[in-house]
Amino acid sequence: MNRLLPIKSGPWIWALLSLVLILLFNLVFTHGFFSVEVRDGNLYGSVIDILNRAAPVMLVALGMTLIIATGGVDLSVGAIMAIIGSIAALLVTKQHASLPIILVICLASATVLGLWNGTLVSIFKVQPIVATLILMVSGRGIAQLLTDGQIIQFKDPSLSFVGNGFLFKIPFSITLVLLMLVATTLITRKTAMGLFIESVGDNPTASRYSGIDIRTVQLFVYAFCGFCSGIAGLVATANTSAADANNVGMNLELDAILAVVIGGTKLTGGRFQLIGSLFGALVIQSLTTTILTKGLAIEYTLVVKALTVLAVCLLQSPQFRSRFGFGRRTA
Amino acid sequence: MASALLEAREITKSFPGVLALDKVDFTLRAGEIHSLMGENGAGKSTLIKVLTGVYARDGGSIRLNNDVINPKTPLQAQGLGISTVYQEVNLVPTLSVAENIYLGREPKKLGNIQWRVIHEGATRALEKLDIRVDVTQLLSSYSIAIQQMVAIARAVEIEAKVLVLDEPTSSLDKDEVRQLFSVMRKLKENGMGILFVSHFLDQIYEISDRITVLRNGRLVGEHPASELTRLQLISKMIGKEESEIHASSEHTIRDVPIKSGNPILTVRGLTKKSSVDPVNLSIHSGEVVGLAGLLGSGRTETAELIFGVTKPDAGSIEIEGQPLKPGSPRRAIRMGVGFLSEDRKRAGIIPHLSIRENIVLALQANRGWLKKIPETKQQELADRYIKALKIATPDADKPIGQLSGGNQQKVLLARWLASQPKLLILDEPTRGVDVGAKAEIEGIVHDLCADGMGILFISSELEEVLRDSHRVIVMRDRKQVGELNGSEITSQQLLNTIAAGGHE
Repeated sequence: MNRLLPIKSGPWIWALLSLVLILLFNLVFTHGFFSVEVRDGNLYGSVIDILNRAAPVMLVALGMTLIIATGGVDLSVGAIMAIIGSIAALLVTKQHASLPIILVICLASATVLGLWNGTLVSIFKVQPIVATLILMVSGRGIAQLLTDGQIIQFKDPSLSFVGNGFLFKIPFSITLVLLMLVATTLITRKTAMGLFIESVGDNPTASRYSGIDIRTVQLFVYAFCGFCSGIAGLVATANTSAADANNVGMNLELDAILAVVIGGTKLTGGRFQLIGSLFGALVIQSLTTTILTKGLAIEYTLVVKALTVLAVCLLQSPQFRSRFGFGRRTA
Repeated sequence: MASALLEAREITKSFPGVLALDKVDFTLRAGEIHSLMGENGAGKSTLIKVLTGVYARDGGSIRLNNDVINPKTPLQAQGLGISTVYQEVNLVPTLSVAENIYLGREPKKLGNIQWRVIHEGATRALEKLDIRVDVTQLLSSYSIAIQQMVAIARAVEIEAKVLVLDEPTSSLDKDEVRQLFSVMRKLKENGMGILFVSHFLDQIYEISDRITVLRNGRLVGEHPASELTRLQLISKMIGKEESEIHASSEHTIRDVPIKSGNPILTVRGLTKKSSVDPVNLSIHSGEVVGLAGLLGSGRTETAELIFGVTKPDAGSIEIEGQPLKPGSPRRAIRMGVGFLSEDRKRAGIIPHLSIRENIVLALQANRGWLKKIPETKQQELADRYIKALKIATPDADKPIGQLSGGNQQKVLLARWLASQPKLLILDEPTRGVDVGAKAEIEGIVHDLCADGMGILFISSELEEVLRDSHRVIVMRDRKQVGELNGSEITSQQLLNTIAAGGHE
């Protein structure tokens, strides 16, 4: 398999391959899938739509990738999105705050929520799945309390821009994802944080013996994932110009984890693939869009999604590949 | 001549970039103990894994009692009568001794496990090996030595025809080795063929009928043990002349004078309940202090207290006169301490990361995450140590998990050298390492102390301690019981000190 591709591949190759297959299917069977039209100087079309709709999952998946690489997991990302959406809506409707103030308060709050998870995991040694379950359950409650259980609608063009504005003719959220991908790559690869994250995930005991401050690494990844969820919460809320504490980010933690796994980062920790997680999120979204444009009932999406995930996971499994003769043989 | 029991012909196995086995022949006869010798990376482990179904071979054939066999999993191999006891005990620590012996083949009556039969059977199986323990206790509550015996008992109970013992003795003390050998002789008399791997030459000659030597994935030769001298064996293994080996082993560390008189490490009254009784020691710049004693004498525990892996109940540690607050490896590293753990797999390697990343890890951790060592500098460091320590690898990007044990050890040594410690604690640095690499590691120790590093050297091989220490501190039963200086450092003195007041 590797020899067919000129670029240096990684475990993310299977996610990219699946994405290409889904797109090829649409190229053949879905009329006008790739057509892009210009409206009001901006680009519209199925492909743009997929990118735009996948943005929240992609943003969360970046943070989730780092947590999973340390051997942890974060179930509270959807709840954090809901809380941040509610805070943003309240700031607009009650305080008439300006966009910079909203951004600072929301992203700071999101980071603090992430730090809370990180504190439970790193200092109190609560298992990640339990530690983040606490915020997953209580977070949505907090969001509902903030909004009194109501959907808060708002009119604020500058905040709405975050969710459905256009920059360089494409939705701003896509630019935001690319910016965050670059930022995350720089933070992890231009510093030693990426090495520490992979080291802690691969062998925590040996990492401790080597002098790595595991606590700092864990605090960092959970705080960063909180930050990413905060951005995703703003995008999702701004997109509809309404804070819906009951539904924003609902089940999104599962899509994010799925995206990371499809992207080639192992749930057991170690090496991580940021770009793979983005491909993973796009696989999930393009499937959903394909099913909808084919006119199938929405109920089918879950089944097809599950089958696709199964296929990608099997392709990633060396045992499966060697047994059925896909790709290179492994020792 | 006894008939061939297990016959492997032209076994070939390659991994990406490496030809691990190149048409290797190996014959094991019924009722013989056959040692497989070779340096790290010679192909011993690979051959064993091919024979026992862990790896699929690329070429060649295996016959057992003249029948062609193709074991695809260790379980299939076991079913055919080939049982293996690995270096690292591969049992379930959280199950009882009896459960481990009967795991996967529990006697049942109407679907219910017959615990009485299991407990009695397990007790009997261990008694055959002269081991008397409570088989209902968890395996993890026993020492590694006992766990190993349990693994052998399990293999014997499966009615194996071929028993593969891959470095079973590396964590056993003298008595336990004797016990193991008497068991091996008994099994041999019953017609079992035993494939034995060990790095201890004494043991090889004591127990083996025949020796097969591998080098760089090729067969060098098969010889009756009585017709192969030690020097011949070693020169076959490392491909060097006999005179070279002899000359190097004459050299001791005491030829290297201690440079300065400043203590690097001062330990006073370091104590941990049910682990180590008060330990006092000091190490000067350029001095190697050996820590000798039998298995379980408290050597590793002392080292772990100094490095901060565990917290002491009392006592103080000073590095160059500065107090080191115990209980954190990170703080110890900051003050210039390095610790090469004996447990390579658990506390040493980061298996999926590259050799380069593994080498720079401690240095990078010390600098903090914001000050990343530039890629070019990392590459330089890695290349330098790969060359200096003769690490066998095509490049620095190979994951460390794919290296042989000895090469992994060298990478870990490089990790600590790169962090330039003032004090380096070496806990069994030569365990599971072949003769050539052993000599290389000892040479490195000499160079380091000539450069003024202080070294705490722990080894179960008395000869190594004798050769490589300026002073030897002797421990017994978790107590510091004596110290040998200069001309007192002889094997006789050392044994006397270890045995003094004891029952040996």
